[in-house]
Amino acid sequence: MITLTINGREVQTPRGSTILEACQRNGISIPTLCYDPDLRLAGSCRMCVVEVKGRPLYAASCVTPAESNMIIETDSEGIVAARKVILELLAARHHFNCQVCEKNANCTFQDYCYQYGIKESRYEYGHGAIYEITDPNPFLERDYNKCIMCTRCVRACEEITVARAINVKNRGHEAKISTAFDGNLADSPCVFCGQCVMVCPTGALTSRVSAGMGRSYEVDKVLTTCTYCGTGCTFELNVKDDRVVGVTSDRTIVGSPVNKGALCVKGRFGWDFIHANDRLTTPLIKENGEFREASWDEALDLVAQRLGEIKTEHGPDSMAMFTSARVTNEENYLAQKFTRAVLGTNNVDHCARL
Amino acid sequence: MTNSIGELEKDAKCIFVIGSNTTENHPVIGMKIKKNVLYNGAKLIVADPRRIDLASIADVYMPHLPGSDVALFNAMMNVIISEGLADENFIAEHTEGYEAMAEVVKKYTPEYAEPITGVPAEKIRQAARIYAESDAAAICYAMGITQHRNGTDNVKSACNLAMLTGNIGRPGTGVDPLRGQNNVQGACDMGGLPTVFTAYQAVTNDAAREKFEKAWGVPLPGHAGTVLTEVINKAHHGDVRALYVLGENPMMSDPDLEHVEEALEKIDFVVVQDIFMSETARFADVVLPGASFAEKDGTFSNTERRVQRVRKAVSPPGQARSDWEIICDLATRMGYPMSYANSEEIFEELRTLTPSYAGMTYQRMEGGGLQWPCPTEVHPGTPFLHKDGNFSRGLGAFTAIDHIDPGEMPDQEYPIRLSTGRSLYHYHTGTMTRRASALNEHVPAAELEINAGQAAEMGIKDGELVKISTRRGSLKMKAKVTDKIARGVAFTTFHFTETPANVLTSAEFLDPVAKIPEYKVSAARIDKLSAEEMTG
Amino acid sequence: MIEEKRIVLRNADNIDPEDIKDYLQAGGYRGLEKARSMRTIDLIEEVKKSGLRGRGGAAFNCGLKWSFVPPNRGATFVVCNLDEGEPGTYKDRTIVQKDPQTLLEGMAICAHAINSKQGYIYCRGEYPYVVELLNRAIGQAKEAGVLGDFDIEVRMGAGAYVCGEETALIESLEGHRGEPRFKPPFPGVEGLWGQPTVVNNVETFANLPEIVLNGGEWYAAIGAPNYTGTKVLTLTGDVKNRIFIEVPTTTTLREVVFGFGGGIKDDKKFKAVQVGGTSGGFIPEHLLDTQIDADSMRSIGATLGTGAVFVMDETRDIVDIVTRIAKFFEHESCGKCNPCREGTYRAYEIMKKINQGQAVAQDIDNLTVLGRVMEKACLCGLGQAAPSPTLTTLQHFYPEYQARLRAQ
Ligand SMILES: Cc1cc2nc3c(=O)[nH]c(=O)nc-3n(C[C@H](O)[C@H](O)[C@H](O)COP(=O)(O)O)c2cc1C
Ligand code: SF4
Ligand code: SF4
Ligand code: SF4
Repeated sequence: MITLTINGREVQTPRGSTILEACQRNGISIPTLCYDPDLRLAGSCRMCVVEVKGRPLYAASCVTPAESNMIIETDSEGIVAARKVILELLAARHHFNCQVCEKNANCTFQDYCYQYGIKESRYEYGHGAIYEITDPNPFLERDYNKCIMCTRCVRACEEITVARAINVKNRGHEAKISTAFDGNLADSPCVFCGQCVMVCPTGALTSRVSAGMGRSYEVDKVLTTCTYCGTGCTFELNVKDDRVVGVTSDRTIVGSPVNKGALCVKGRFGWDFIHANDRLTTPLIKENGEFREASWDEALDLVAQRLGEIKTEHGPDSMAMFTSARVTNEENYLAQKFTRAVLGTNNVDHCARL
Repeated sequence: MTNSIGELEKDAKCIFVIGSNTTENHPVIGMKIKKNVLYNGAKLIVADPRRIDLASIADVYMPHLPGSDVALFNAMMNVIISEGLADENFIAEHTEGYEAMAEVVKKYTPEYAEPITGVPAEKIRQAARIYAESDAAAICYAMGITQHRNGTDNVKSACNLAMLTGNIGRPGTGVDPLRGQNNVQGACDMGGLPTVFTAYQAVTNDAAREKFEKAWGVPLPGHAGTVLTEVINKAHHGDVRALYVLGENPMMSDPDLEHVEEALEKIDFVVVQDIFMSETARFADVVLPGASFAEKDGTFSNTERRVQRVRKAVSPPGQARSDWEIICDLATRMGYPMSYANSEEIFEELRTLTPSYAGMTYQRMEGGGLQWPCPTEVHPGTPFLHKDGNFSRGLGAFTAIDHIDPGEMPDQEYPIRLSTGRSLYHYHTGTMTRRASALNEHVPAAELEINAGQAAEMGIKDGELVKISTRRGSLKMKAKVTDKIARGVAFTTFHFTETPANVLTSAEFLDPVAKIPEYKVSAARIDKLSAEEMTG
Repeated sequence: MIEEKRIVLRNADNIDPEDIKDYLQAGGYRGLEKARSMRTIDLIEEVKKSGLRGRGGAAFNCGLKWSFVPPNRGATFVVCNLDEGEPGTYKDRTIVQKDPQTLLEGMAICAHAINSKQGYIYCRGEYPYVVELLNRAIGQAKEAGVLGDFDIEVRMGAGAYVCGEETALIESLEGHRGEPRFKPPFPGVEGLWGQPTVVNNVETFANLPEIVLNGGEWYAAIGAPNYTGTKVLTLTGDVKNRIFIEVPTTTTLREVVFGFGGGIKDDKKFKAVQVGGTSGGFIPEHLLDTQIDADSMRSIGATLGTGAVFVMDETRDIVDIVTRIAKFFEHESCGKCNPCREGTYRAYEIMKKINQGQAVAQDIDNLTVLGRVMEKACLCGLGQAAPSPTLTTLQHFYPEYQARLRAQ
């Protein structure tokens, strides 16, 4: 542990931590845009700058090691002014349409504009580059008029998915996030896992499948396990008015021990079958080759009766149960219990092999 | 999996991927493997007839012919033994049956295996050395290994290789089957198999059966039941009179669909419980609406044996009910009262009968799930099996295995080896993903992957409609001309009801032990279509 | 009248730069020989004692920089910065063209100090003939066996100004986009391919043979105490003599401009001098008696930088010049960090507005606030130094700005 002074208060932090970590440990909040604890550090947004006594320059706290006896100010007049200028610079080219933005109230950039009182930008000298929203893929919307160039998406693509589909293209003010030849994602190594959507702090990258269905503050998040492959990724179903409207990632190791928030295209964007309009909603009984709707009582009584008859007539081993690799453990347990204890046969299997 | 997914990201120093298109079928595991290879310096060996994404970053890529896995494994072991790379201590202390295995392997020099596998001998040597010389090597496989008439042999061969080099029982080692479906592990663990109760307690074992009889309060049959694929055969002969299908879709997933259809039609009474009117449900006498994963509570067990919670997020549509509620209701109507307040109560019952789950509770699972075996409530769960080479049955047994040809070898009439599998954008029989709007928009139809050189010879262009036929049936689909697949091999997916690939596959050649059909090799023929046929 | 003192340029025009024999005859490689007879810590100590500070702009103590290289961390690299992207600067090219072997010898001395086997020279893309010259020089040195097991490779630069920044240079050498890294870790600890790397300027290296040969104390006695030795300067703009010179660092700007430079062309009046390259501060007449050493320059809000001296006569339009400079930075910003990427862009916009007579006082205020933030908050030296021309001209030549403002 080392001791240093932050905002006039003596605090402790483990040797080797950054100033940002030292602040976080001691309940001092520092604004960050490019910082993501799961990704390589960039140190580029400069929102996290602090003053270190004796140093002529501001230090980006996310990449500056905390040292013994440092004297740090995190909210001095100069620092606040710097953050305001940075926000105003970003605001000057940001397409604010929060009223229809998917990320409204869940946008780090918006939060900081609020916190630092950025009503307007003194740097609105013309709008700079305006990007068309053209990528035709059905999964994610790319609106770089809202991009703040934090490069979290680039790093997530490179480090989590290892697809390396996107990178920074051009230099200076022309810099933007793009595929190798500025083409569509579908023509790049992109696998549409949406890890970029997960880490994007603004409305630049959002899910098209969820578009218009609800904002973060309107939904309840229910942590659950993916229904597709055997990896067993966990994620949060976003629920509004008893409907699933999206999937988000819990990025903690406790909530997401297998995948730490990373998902594939099926897990992140393949959930809307839940409310497909051809879901079965009532029991059906076939009569003369046609199905008709039935009540549960009628349907289950019929099943019970027919199974009973066949068991008596042909013996238990004339019956079989295909249980499922899709349903829960509890249901599989009951299915085999039912087969063995009620039907009286061991003819129970599922498509493990198929 | 003997080991954990996380180990593939950092602990494994060498990963041998065979018969698994990991980045498409287990994408998040694929990401971890790529990360390990590209950023942490792990070595990667890939064996697959298709030049899958992982092949592009592999240290050695072996495009072996479908059905030649045993020969490939044996040849690698041949190299390891003859070059003195085997882990003699491990073999001596923890295994048995080495000599018999070594005897068989003797003839599988890389040069001998080359014509069988289609892999140049030198590549086999390289792969063997990389695998054997690594400090911690893991083998990952999936259906590419198991879906063969000798799938069990393939799996045992993988175990042979791992034991030969002592790559078992340590972090980053092991033999890791990547299970295809979210809860296939759980369905097996829970006794959804004709031979065993939960936790693989044999129905033929008197003690086990007595335990369950006592718990369930009824006498239980003591002879093994019939496996799925044979149920279909029996139905043909009128020996199956009633079939209850819970969330499965054999009319898409099973081999030789015409055969399945005839069977289903012969069965007197078919009940299908599902969330959609699946291809199979159409054959039902009664259809019962179940709940999707978002509409119920419970647990799933993933491929690394981790049991995790599934939580109800929304109500089932209309009158649909959780599958467990339906079963309870039905059992009660049949004179066997079953009643549970919730899924947790069921779990509490099952864990008393399931030693490997005994220590798990919903409460304990909150912190990221638990990996079985977890025998007591203070046991932390088991990230990797066979710790320090201690096998559950004492010594790890080598098996001496010879290569056999696939059941259906290509011939003049059907010169192509057709394999079936999955795409990244779809899942299994497509009942869910075909209704996931974005996935279906992105990949709306199946394609037939054909080797570019071969396509050129046949005058087939990329995107052209072609006919693919086997002895069982034929389909028309768009050709995807690619250099990512070896000559003489073709590939398609089985997700699409418009082109149900399993009309092509065969139910004839089953693995004698696991009864898995040979999906990965059917002898097939590709025909270019005439102009009328293309439009028609 | 103060005179030139040539250390770096000691052989300039006295030897054939294409022939290593000339260099050897002039005493070349004796410094290296001596260095190799010393223990590495003693060598580093000797360089420290000389007080030599980096000649690439940042003026960091050379020996101190070397001492940060941790022992036993595997391969280490010596990198020579010959990117020379500053408009108006050509001193590094001159040094190499006149005496390439002295650079190689300097690098080899550094290699001995940090136990490196591999050096790289990152050469500005516009200097292909320098690359060829260097390759021939390296060939001769290898043939003569003077470099021992130290190998030097020349790499062509990517053509971006920011690639002269040492960490961007390293990224570029690694084949990545030329973007600066945050520091720490400094290259001395984690540089090229993650290995300890010393990056020095051409002129810094070229001082070393003489320092080692004559001892640190000898060098420390030359020039200003805090910034010892000599500095090569390149005179451009409205001076009579547009030449390069090497002078002790105690020399004043007035001596440079009016002595060596011969005063203003066409006998016009002096208006300002910008020292250190595009990002240097503008210095008015009343500060001309300042010494050129880095600390003295800093004390008047200017920089010594690379030693480019750009002289402006009375007819020059300061606002117009600063607008052009703003455009340069807008163009050269790599785009990695927010304050520079957006700031250089907005600064140029505001300068354009002022230059066109469209601005109001508020615009100047906005520009000043922006500049102050950029100086302290940008990630690398480019963004930090970019506002300097604006801020110093606002300080010293405010009336020229005021005259452009739109009447309100
Ligand atoms: C934008 C920028 C451009 C630079 N260009 C050069 C250059 O062309 N040549 C150079 O030697 N140093 C340049 N530097 C300084 C280098 O970063 C570094 O400080 C120097 O190479 C270290 O060598 P020295 O200690 O010998 O001066 C530049 C710095 C910045 C911020
Ligand atoms: S798209 Fe989002 S994550 Fe990517 S750089 Fe822009 S703001 Fe950051
Ligand atoms: S998110 Fe993708 S990788 Fe993860 S379990 Fe679901 S289908 Fe598998
Ligand atoms: S200051 Fe400018 S040049 Fe330097 S990192 Fe930031 S954007 Fe790039």
